[in-house]
Amino acid sequence: MERRVFLSALGAAAVTAWLPAAARAGVPARYDNLLILVELKGGNDGLNTVVPYADGDYYNLRPRIALARDQVLQLDDRTGLHPALQPLMALWQNRELAVVQSVGYPSANLSHFRSIEIWDTASKSSEYLSDGWLTRAFAEAPVPRAYAADGIVVGSSDLGPLAGGGTRALALTNTEQFLRQAKLAGGEGASRNPALSHILKVEQDVAQAAANLTATYALRTVFPNNPLGNAFKTAAQVIASKAGVAVVKVTQNGYDTHSGQQGTQQRLLKELAEGLTAMRAALQEIERWDSTMMMTYCEFGRRPKENQSGGTDHGTANAHFVLGGRVRGGLYGLPPALTRLDANGNLPFAVDFRDLYATALERWWGVNSTGALKGRFRPVDVLKA
Amino acid sequence: MSRPQNSTGLMRYFHAAIVVALVSAPGLARAAASMGFDEARHLLNRTSFAANVDDIDVFARLTRAQAVDQLLAWTASTRVGTPAPAWVGEFQSPRRLREMSDEQRKLAQREQVEKGAELRAWWMTEMLTTPSPLTEKMVLFWHNHFVSSLQKVRSPVLMYRQHLVLRKHALGYFGDLLHDVSKDAAMVIYLDNASNRKAQPNENFAREVMELFTLGEGNYGESDIKEAARAFTGWSIDADSGEFVARPLIHDDGIKTVLGRSGNFDGDAVLDILLAQPPTAEFIVAKLWREFVSPVPEPAEVKRIARMFRDNRYNIQVALRALLTSDAFYAPQNRAALIKSPVDLIVGTLRQFRFETGEVTPLVLASRQLGQDLFAPPNVKGWPGGDAWINSATLLQRKQLLERLFRAQEPRAMTMGPAADVQNDAAKARERVARAMMAIRFDEDKWRTQFRASEPPLAKVVLAGEPVNAQAGLAQGADGLRQLVLDPAYQLK
Repeated sequence: MERRVFLSALGAAAVTAWLPAAARAGVPARYDNLLILVELKGGNDGLNTVVPYADGDYYNLRPRIALARDQVLQLDDRTGLHPALQPLMALWQNRELAVVQSVGYPSANLSHFRSIEIWDTASKSSEYLSDGWLTRAFAEAPVPRAYAADGIVVGSSDLGPLAGGGTRALALTNTEQFLRQAKLAGGEGASRNPALSHILKVEQDVAQAAANLTATYALRTVFPNNPLGNAFKTAAQVIASKAGVAVVKVTQNGYDTHSGQQGTQQRLLKELAEGLTAMRAALQEIERWDSTMMMTYCEFGRRPKENQSGGTDHGTANAHFVLGGRVRGGLYGLPPALTRLDANGNLPFAVDFRDLYATALERWWGVNSTGALKGRFRPVDVLKA
Repeated sequence: MSRPQNSTGLMRYFHAAIVVALVSAPGLARAAASMGFDEARHLLNRTSFAANVDDIDVFARLTRAQAVDQLLAWTASTRVGTPAPAWVGEFQSPRRLREMSDEQRKLAQREQVEKGAELRAWWMTEMLTTPSPLTEKMVLFWHNHFVSSLQKVRSPVLMYRQHLVLRKHALGYFGDLLHDVSKDAAMVIYLDNASNRKAQPNENFAREVMELFTLGEGNYGESDIKEAARAFTGWSIDADSGEFVARPLIHDDGIKTVLGRSGNFDGDAVLDILLAQPPTAEFIVAKLWREFVSPVPEPAEVKRIARMFRDNRYNIQVALRALLTSDAFYAPQNRAALIKSPVDLIVGTLRQFRFETGEVTPLVLASRQLGQDLFAPPNVKGWPGGDAWINSATLLQRKQLLERLFRAQEPRAMTMGPAADVQNDAAKARERVARAMMAIRFDEDKWRTQFRASEPPLAKVVLAGEPVNAQAGLAQGADGLRQLVLDPAYQLK
């Protein structure tokens, strides 16, 4: 409020000088910079993904499931990756992989549904919003109509950060099939019945996307044959189309590892690393790697202390990855503070997840983030200038 | 199986009960009291997957209260007409799996997958043929409330047993349902209570029972969860029989404080504390509202009905009767206000148009493709429903399914590629569905015989609201029907 009064008092001409260059009127958002969000659904165990292998407390808290020092892929003298992430080491060495530790938010909620809602809507823990953070961002700085869609969601029917409002978001599983079936859509008109108007909007989004997407691009890159690999392949097909999208969300399921975590996480992380590197190869093939930023996220991390079932319960702060041709590789945030657990035995956070969103909005797309994120957040310096 | 689906509608069950009521009920003399075509269609469509002309005619002459009483009376018999799969009595201990060779284990796992498919087909067959569709709607409602999934439970036998618990209490008392399903083996596995022990509590069940089964988010604190988890310690299963068992040795019998009450609570005592909280009744009534009435519950009405629900010992029929006779249920803005679930769409279409089906498994797969995999909801919160059923992918699959069902019989084969094209499981499933669709027969002439000359136009029976495309349904023969089911309004109920 104060800020608005201040700005209007200054007058429009004077204001522009204070704003980031691209936020000025007339400067288009750089939606040719692609954002790919990778959701690790269920809440990945960050402590066994980015391992504090030199921390004695880590081994005390996890006598059964801790990864031994000689197993991890060492990033520095106290931080290492899960061995299943071996394929990512090439990116790390190429300084294209940023590892952000202790990502979370104040007053963490431990429910899957509530916490992913907080992440997807970029709300406070105590606040209930219905629009996704990208929906709000696109409302303020629209994606050009010439794009096939604002964003696509692959591997999940949940639109997540693209939910609500007026985004042109598509959920698809396979491009060819989508184009074949799209011929059945095309209901025009509007309705005052909210359920019907939702259906009509989807029909119109489908028609618009179908007019702009092609399924004929022959990628040489081979994707792993598993659900995540197939999702990345579909995403790559869409990105290769002439009229692209600003954002892609891909979901990998299965991270809710309350029991028998080791085998499950090993498999999932292997699929993740192989999927990400295949996606990198495809983006390099179509010359988009330097204009792509990939980011992992999920509802929460898991509790440092293992449970009796060889698994872990819902926790708070977590480690996430940012990858891309213009990413500044390295370690960001703070190592997990295992000596400062809260009353529930959970970790404090050091980087607010909305700081990462602000990075995407301001530094990657050059749009204002305060409206979409409902406040001022500090971008993380993970991108090359 | 090739018996005609629902060949005479619900009508055949009318004779004894209703016809007598029709003659003797004094209220019926007043024309103003009877619900009429539109309300009858609306009620049947929401509660019975679909509404046939014959059924609508009979219900139209009843009052709202009589109509709802009749629907509830039909739920009285809990007998399942479809014979259960042969193996439902044979629990396989997970221990046996551990003793197997890799080869044997793989085989056993494939067998479990096949049993899972049989289990789904069994239930869907019952939905397609039952004389009491409302019973199935309510079992499905509770399956989506007290969620467990084959994905995690892994045992079709245990999922079948849980299904019987839901069925037993589907229109009974919510308290009984809560207690029984909490001590159901599949639930104990699904929400990890099997590994909730005195020394190391696992909070999963305690959290979800408050957040999703009773109180709803915001009506409890983290400490309530921690304390309640202690009360549920020891609720486990017997590995040989797969039966629920309470193990005193790993039960924490200390004093717990849950929602302001302290005592040496066990799990049942905590469930009773949750049932005593007013938010529980409101939470359940609001969910029933979203299922049957409209996407946005009216708070004052929810409070009123929740009060009745609680005062009547959580009798589910009391809540349902209040909802289905309420003015809100019949309000114009709440007609055609809900989006059909995949099961509504598939079962409703087959019942409405009296399709003859062969194998039911492909319909089960179609439902899964549309986002509703029976016995395997996506997570403990269940299928989100509403607008979430429809996105670009599912909308197109719905239309393709309908298009296939109503396409004239002959050209169907032309769109099918050779089986050799099939590369992955998803494609295989699609292929299988497509082939099975060819085996499903719709006899249009027979279906049209239910329309007499003076009947309302086709669109008024088939659609819950006005068609979006004004021309829909006007074309002759099968084309007219196809236009109607492909109209966006057909996705509504």
